[in-house]
Amino acid sequence: MNNIKILVNGIVRENPTFVLLLGMCPTLGTTSSALNGMSMGLATMFVLICSNVVISALKRWIPDQVRIPAFIVIIATFVTIVQMVMEAFVPDLYASLGLFIPLIVVNCIVLGRAEAFAAKNQVVASAFDGIGIGLGFTLALTLLGIMREGLGTGKFFGLTFMPEEFGSLIFVLAPGAFIALGYLIALVNKLRKA
Amino acid sequence: MEYIIIFIAAIFVNNIVLSQFLGICPFLGVSKKVDTALGMSAAVMFVLTIATIVTFLIQKFVLDPFELGFMQTISFILVIAALVQMVEIVLKKVSPALYQALGVFLPLITTNCAILGVAILVIQKDYNLVQSVAFAVATAIGFALALIIFAGIREQLAMTNVPDGMKGTPIALITAGLLAMAFMGFAGIV
Amino acid sequence: MLLSLAGICIIAGAALAAVNQFTLEPIATSKAAALQAAIQKVTPSFDNNPTEEQYKAPTAEGDSLTIYPAKQNGQLVGVAVESYTKKGFGGTIKVIAGFDTKGKLLNYSVLQHAETPGLGSKMEEWFRTDKNRQSIVGRSLAGGNLTVAKDGGDVDAITAATISSRAFLDAINRAYSAYRGNGTEGMTGATPQAGEEQVAPAGETASTEEGGKQ
Repeated sequence: MNNIKILVNGIVRENPTFVLLLGMCPTLGTTSSALNGMSMGLATMFVLICSNVVISALKRWIPDQVRIPAFIVIIATFVTIVQMVMEAFVPDLYASLGLFIPLIVVNCIVLGRAEAFAAKNQVVASAFDGIGIGLGFTLALTLLGIMREGLGTGKFFGLTFMPEEFGSLIFVLAPGAFIALGYLIALVNKLRKA
Repeated sequence: MEYIIIFIAAIFVNNIVLSQFLGICPFLGVSKKVDTALGMSAAVMFVLTIATIVTFLIQKFVLDPFELGFMQTISFILVIAALVQMVEIVLKKVSPALYQALGVFLPLITTNCAILGVAILVIQKDYNLVQSVAFAVATAIGFALALIIFAGIREQLAMTNVPDGMKGTPIALITAGLLAMAFMGFAGIV
Repeated sequence: MLLSLAGICIIAGAALAAVNQFTLEPIATSKAAALQAAIQKVTPSFDNNPTEEQYKAPTAEGDSLTIYPAKQNGQLVGVAVESYTKKGFGGTIKVIAGFDTKGKLLNYSVLQHAETPGLGSKMEEWFRTDKNRQSIVGRSLAGGNLTVAKDGGDVDAITAATISSRAFLDAINRAYSAYRGNGTEGMTGATPQAGEEQVAPAGETASTEEGGKQ
């Protein structure tokens, strides 16, 4: 029961994008299409789960003074693994996410959860926290991706639902990312208050 | 001429924040006041330039000769973390006031993706050392420019009446969007 | 304290080295497969192995590009040229362009780019869409470089992405310049077997010189 609570907490109450406002760079940079956004979310989720589990398992052996560098090394290891595996098996996706894959390392969400949750909790709970926060992040990126792709090019996961000419290209470009996310967060704020 | 193009492209056309989406966290986090924005920009400029030089040398003299390309992310991020620590210690000694103002955000430079992003970008773009330094400095100026303009706008924004749901981050993001739109106008100059 | 940090670093390094070993081959295979697919897409059907017969050829600008000759029964039927330009809006654009022996562009494929999604990224489709003066497929570069209409040429640039279009055409032109600059060498290899086509090589040489002046 407790683990379910942690899971839901990550998706809704402490949603990293909409509520904690962390990890904004990949949120804006990779959501020009729904598929890219979702893939980025899943890659981050994988790193988040692995680093949470390993850090909470190793926390007894990591001295307090060097915990941040130690966490960073562990996170960077998993990021590099994701990077190499993606390059090997899904090269097209790897090419379209580009720089943002190695940059998962500096995603504040991953280090933030390591510090705030994994360093203080048991392995299983940390794993659930990783899944919850990861899902919350994936959900946010997918939503923003769907919104931008739909408004910009009239497509939903690559399937056309309205002619491309009716789309407003600005949503695929940089300014649209900021504006779409702004309205999305405003909407979430409104719903949370209601 | 080549360096001028790198400069203009990195500051205006491919502005690190407004078109590359790197360094958004400090962009949204420390942009409430122009003073703190200035301090943050200076810190980023310093760390970014040094970090790019150091990581460039590591790539060329350690990772490449020993074929350790897969250690790139780890080694770069550790170097950056160490550098930030150093800046923090120096700043504490030299300017306690600025240290107070930047507070929690200084350690966060480590997780400023602009730093690691630029370090990896110069390797990907196959720049030489001088080009890399030019690119790093220009990127930092671009970051500073976006951050300071944005802080100026937000100071004004604080006095306006914003609809309830839009208060805080949403209106800041939309403002950033409009700023990004303005920067898109630079697209034709290189 | 330092000991545990060093320990973590060593374990991390070892883990990465292992994964690197494991993914090295799939990465190489998928890259080779992508290249092979791109070559097949831009050249007429061939029965040799273009990647094995690849050679470097200098361009007019002094650097060199890789050329993959496509041969059918030992006869050169076309080439695929791996070209790039650094003039793109988002940096380097890598393309592979296929030419027949007369210098006509058969097809192209964009290998890598960082252009704006929704604008410059359209180049993969734009320049082969048969609409107005968009398509460059089937055009011959023997008569001169391709340029966008804005620069006095006869190719329609992608709407709102002139810089990307210009860069893309630059990559194609460079591909042709590398192919033609060194085209004669590729030709001589095929000539001895092509006894009955005495006239063709002469015609080729003429157009080579013409191309060289561009």
